[in-house]
Amino acid sequence: MLLIHCPYCEEERPEAEFRHAGEAHIARPQNIAEISDEEFERYFFIRSNPKGLVFERWRHIHGCARFFNAARDTVSDRFLKTYKAGEPKPALDGEG
Amino acid sequence: MAETARRTFALEGRSYDGDGISLAPAGPASRISLRAPAESLAALSEALGLDLPVRPKASARKNARAALWLGPDEWLVIDEGGADLMAICARVAALHSAVDISHRNLAILVSGRRVEDVLNAACPQDLSVARFPVGAASRTVFGKAEIVLWRIGEDAFHVECWRSFADYVFGLLDAAGREAVR
Amino acid sequence: MTQPFRLPGVGRLDAGKPLAFTFDGKSYTGREGDTLASALLANGVHLVGRSFKYHRPRGFLSAGPEEPNALVGIHRDAARKTPNVRATVQELYDGLAAVSQNRWPSLAFDIGAISDLNAPLFSAGFYYKTFKWPRAAWDRLYEPAIRRAAGLGNAPDKPDPDHYANRFAHCDVLVIGAGPAGLAAALAACETGARVILADEQPVPGGRLRFEADARIEGKSGWDWAEETVARLAARDNVRVLTRTTGFGYYAQNMIGLVERVTDHLANPDPNAPRERLWQVRAKRVVLATGAIERHMVFPDNDRPGIMLASSARTYLNHFGVAVGNRIAVYAAEDSAYAAAIDLKKHGVGIAAIIDSRAAPESPAVEEARALGIDVLAGHAVIGTDGRLRVRRVHVAPISGGPHREFQVDALLTSSGWTPAVHLFSQSRGKLAFDEATQRFLPGLYVQDAVSVGSCNGTFDLASSVNEAFDAGAKVAKEAGFRKPRARQMEASSGTPWSIGMAGASPGVEPGTSKMAFVDFQNDVTAKDIRQAVREGMRSIEHVKRFTTTGMATDQGKTSNLHGLAIASQMLGKPIPEVGLTTFRPPYTPVTFGALVGHSRGRLFEPTRRTPTHDWAKAQGAVFEDVGQWKRARYFPQVGEDMHAAVARESRTVRETAGIFDASTLGKIEVVGPDAARFMELMYTNPWAKLGVGRCRYGIMLREDGFIYDDGVVGRIAEDRFHVTTTTGGAPRVLHHMEDYLQTEFPDLKVWLTSTSEQWAVIAVQGPRSREIIAPFVEGIDISDEAMPHMSVREGRVCGVPARLFRISFTGERGFEINVPADYGLSVWKSIWAEGQKHGACAYGTETMHVLRAEKGFIIVGQETDGTVTPDDAGLSWAIGRKKADFVGIRGLRRPDLVAEGRKQLVGLKTVDPQIVLDEGAQIVADPDQPVPMKMIGHVTSSYWSSNCGRSIALALIENGRARMGERLYVPMPDEMVEAEVTSTIFFDEKGERLHG
Ligand SMILES: [Zn+2]
Repeated sequence: MLLIHCPYCEEERPEAEFRHAGEAHIARPQNIAEISDEEFERYFFIRSNPKGLVFERWRHIHGCARFFNAARDTVSDRFLKTYKAGEPKPALDGEG
Repeated sequence: MAETARRTFALEGRSYDGDGISLAPAGPASRISLRAPAESLAALSEALGLDLPVRPKASARKNARAALWLGPDEWLVIDEGGADLMAICARVAALHSAVDISHRNLAILVSGRRVEDVLNAACPQDLSVARFPVGAASRTVFGKAEIVLWRIGEDAFHVECWRSFADYVFGLLDAAGREAVR
Repeated sequence: MTQPFRLPGVGRLDAGKPLAFTFDGKSYTGREGDTLASALLANGVHLVGRSFKYHRPRGFLSAGPEEPNALVGIHRDAARKTPNVRATVQELYDGLAAVSQNRWPSLAFDIGAISDLNAPLFSAGFYYKTFKWPRAAWDRLYEPAIRRAAGLGNAPDKPDPDHYANRFAHCDVLVIGAGPAGLAAALAACETGARVILADEQPVPGGRLRFEADARIEGKSGWDWAEETVARLAARDNVRVLTRTTGFGYYAQNMIGLVERVTDHLANPDPNAPRERLWQVRAKRVVLATGAIERHMVFPDNDRPGIMLASSARTYLNHFGVAVGNRIAVYAAEDSAYAAAIDLKKHGVGIAAIIDSRAAPESPAVEEARALGIDVLAGHAVIGTDGRLRVRRVHVAPISGGPHREFQVDALLTSSGWTPAVHLFSQSRGKLAFDEATQRFLPGLYVQDAVSVGSCNGTFDLASSVNEAFDAGAKVAKEAGFRKPRARQMEASSGTPWSIGMAGASPGVEPGTSKMAFVDFQNDVTAKDIRQAVREGMRSIEHVKRFTTTGMATDQGKTSNLHGLAIASQMLGKPIPEVGLTTFRPPYTPVTFGALVGHSRGRLFEPTRRTPTHDWAKAQGAVFEDVGQWKRARYFPQVGEDMHAAVARESRTVRETAGIFDASTLGKIEVVGPDAARFMELMYTNPWAKLGVGRCRYGIMLREDGFIYDDGVVGRIAEDRFHVTTTTGGAPRVLHHMEDYLQTEFPDLKVWLTSTSEQWAVIAVQGPRSREIIAPFVEGIDISDEAMPHMSVREGRVCGVPARLFRISFTGERGFEINVPADYGLSVWKSIWAEGQKHGACAYGTETMHVLRAEKGFIIVGQETDGTVTPDDAGLSWAIGRKKADFVGIRGLRRPDLVAEGRKQLVGLKTVDPQIVLDEGAQIVADPDQPVPMKMIGHVTSSYWSSNCGRSIALALIENGRARMGERLYVPMPDEMVEAEVTSTIFFDEKGERLHG
């Protein structure tokens, strides 16, 4: 079981309290009703799924219930950083 | 006019007293889920007569009333005296949401020398006093149920869960409590 | 004479009470503190099992958890029969009953041993070669035969009556292994005030000090020091000492799995004691002090009972007071084995010879052995052994050539060196490094906050080991945030010599030999098998492993892996690190399913959620069904009724008078805030802004892809407050979905969501008499049709308690849903029920609810929909707010495939024979005469007998269904082709007049 630092609870908590919620930093288009099929495909269906550094959403569903973002290395399974929803992608150096 | 409905409790008659651990359902209480932005806290605190805590995992208590920080804009307010918390909040003009959950949740009092071990049978958090001091409160998991843990003494926790999970939570606490100690 | 091999005054069990036990039905006596192995050896019993493949007689190789051979069944009672218990680990208790395995009819005479004679047929990879063809033989011949032969021991055939516990624990420093190094590390760490957990797999800590009788630490005998140290540690508040506890898995972020065996050593366990307890420990720092495992020598016929590891014989002697024979030879390629011969000799046991494959061993131990008069044959090899059920004779020859010699023996001790137990380090994803000089894999690069100390770190010398460990314990405690204790030098010494050994086949077991020199005892893999694997093209050790099955038995090759690797390396002409090392995976030793399952069995397997009226329904004889975690009353049979009859009666009664239904499991979400309506507009397809306070609307929720996600009736309680209902199963995910959008896409909206699913008990009263039934209990609400029309909601009191009263209908009848605080639910239900009885109403369950809604063509999300159904497919396009600029799914709905012609649409189906009730899920075709495979144009989503319609009814999703009204279609079933007509989805009261009375 991983330990995940919740940026709202400001401490590491057991993974059992969290739920993964897919790739981060994919904003719903403001004008979603007007976008083309191609734009909708990119927004809704296409995900990067890289090996290594990923930015993903988690929810502390059995804790503070907040959604937040995390940078994680899928090779080492290490969290490099977690940050609040709405904050920009952090610049990461070193690992990942 | 028909007679007034009687209240029945999900854990009627359940309790356990064992070596270093005892389990007892708490009595009824009024509860609300209170949601509010930071700007509204002063007004709500004043109305409720206690300072809504703003630090994670913190709680505030005054007489029969307590407010537990559950999230950055969420508090579980419990009044063991049964005060009408909805009415109190309805008088506050500041932006907020109050929802009555008096019957959604119930509480089990878990106490005794072995309280940390018994809770740690199914709760993965570090419950040592250093990390989870008296007064600390947190939503977390207990086996396959969600609970709210609130430490009300060195050896005592108030465990809240939803009504229909009470049988499971109590059963699991009971199983862990009966487990012979080494 | 009992226990003829127990030496008086030797070992540490002198004070132990005598314990009676049986092995294969024969009675023996052992001593308190014995393992089953030491007790059998005290009685001179070496033969305890048969090997897996060849059924060769086997005895004890070891005195610990690495044991590959001595697996037995322990039978406590009919339900407690544990197979594959290592006799070297099982502690003796009074009355213990053990049986041998893998033999028939008896251990001494085993028919299966015939496969030993046929060994050439069972060479490496035979599984892959032998059973290839003919194809038909696989099912009839090979598979049944393999299944009979496969598996070790017999699984118990009754449910496990024991219970198991789980504990999450946190500490600053976890020390795994309580040998001298682990104890020293724990000592240093605990003195800083750090929270320490010390775990050891043995009942009594001490590790190597069990056999190393010549060790001295801090001025005491090593054993006394260990016992005193453990007592000191255990007395501290900040230390938890766990004995009989194996660290079996090292997971991410310093999460370690430990399994504690609580009762397996007890004759009469406390029934409240769990058999085992799983510890899931989160440690800031981990100290690995897991020791090292001795390897055997790989020589011809090295598997006879009586042939065992040298240090194990020392453990049996120095700890258990048992001599493993009367005349013993030692075959070694390193120094520590000499200590075994010396200790035994000093206790009067005959030593036939020490055979050392090294040309000129140099060590004080060699001198000491010679001084004791032991014949040391340097530069010699054991080239064979005799003895059917116990080693009887050892054949020895000089490696450089020369005359053979024979020694009469009853035991042969072997050692080719020690393998550091790096299993947990490797599981932690640490990188092992091969040390050329000492020919061992040692911890290299750490990726977690751990440190290895003592033998598992390659530090065998006792003084170096305890000091390395003490320093490491202090260092990790400091890293965990505690002050460092003062440095100190621990005094320690031991007479046991350590040297580099050898790995691979012993001299004389050259390529081309036909002799059976075992590498892996449990899977019967010989040096020859490994060589053959290389000859047949296996290049990586991972391939060799799978081809030969070496290291794949339950012992995971603890004694054999390095030998296998060395032989492959030699054959390939490549250095060991280039051949690779197989991956160490959890568990270190076998773990029971019980330990992993813990409390999660029976009624604690998962929560069983019951509504407030559950006990009442049960008392009425209701039959329940599982809906997610909920138990819901499915129907209420009266005497003599089956489900069909009960549902027919219930559904007729609802339409004739009224029925009462517990709808409490419906998900409920309170949406509160000034932007509540705006948020609802975004989450549901429907328009909400203009919904008046006190009014309700049926809402449809989509995913962004345009498919139906959930539905439910929503009531507006106030301008800024909505009472949203969801499907029973959808409640948690709908709230999650709404929170997701609220928090991450629309965070500026001033609105909050609260689950109220369990705040309210919901009593649905449906039918023409519903109003009369509830009227006596309602206060403060005018429930006339004029004041409270269909699709409205009011707050007031019912039975004197606060209530939200909905005028809604999932039956097509006039209906109410009474929401009262859950703890009042039962009481209010009983009042309504009593009143309903006066009107001839009945209680009805989910089955009738399903029938009634199907008669009206109302969908159930998850039954009519499957995640690929749009509102239009379901005939619900009226629920989409056409003027809305945005809602979740608005763009998805316009995707080309979702607006294309030919989508499946929801329609009704009436079988031509009204008695036939279609199967739900049945496929539908247009032309019954077309060849198979037929073109399927749809499927049945719901199908019931409708007593109100006097016939069967069904809903179906069919290609262009709405354009097919009146068309005849066909449902192919195994025994017939059912003809049905496409109809409207509404089978009853098509105009909807009954809603209003
Ligand atoms: Zn949190």
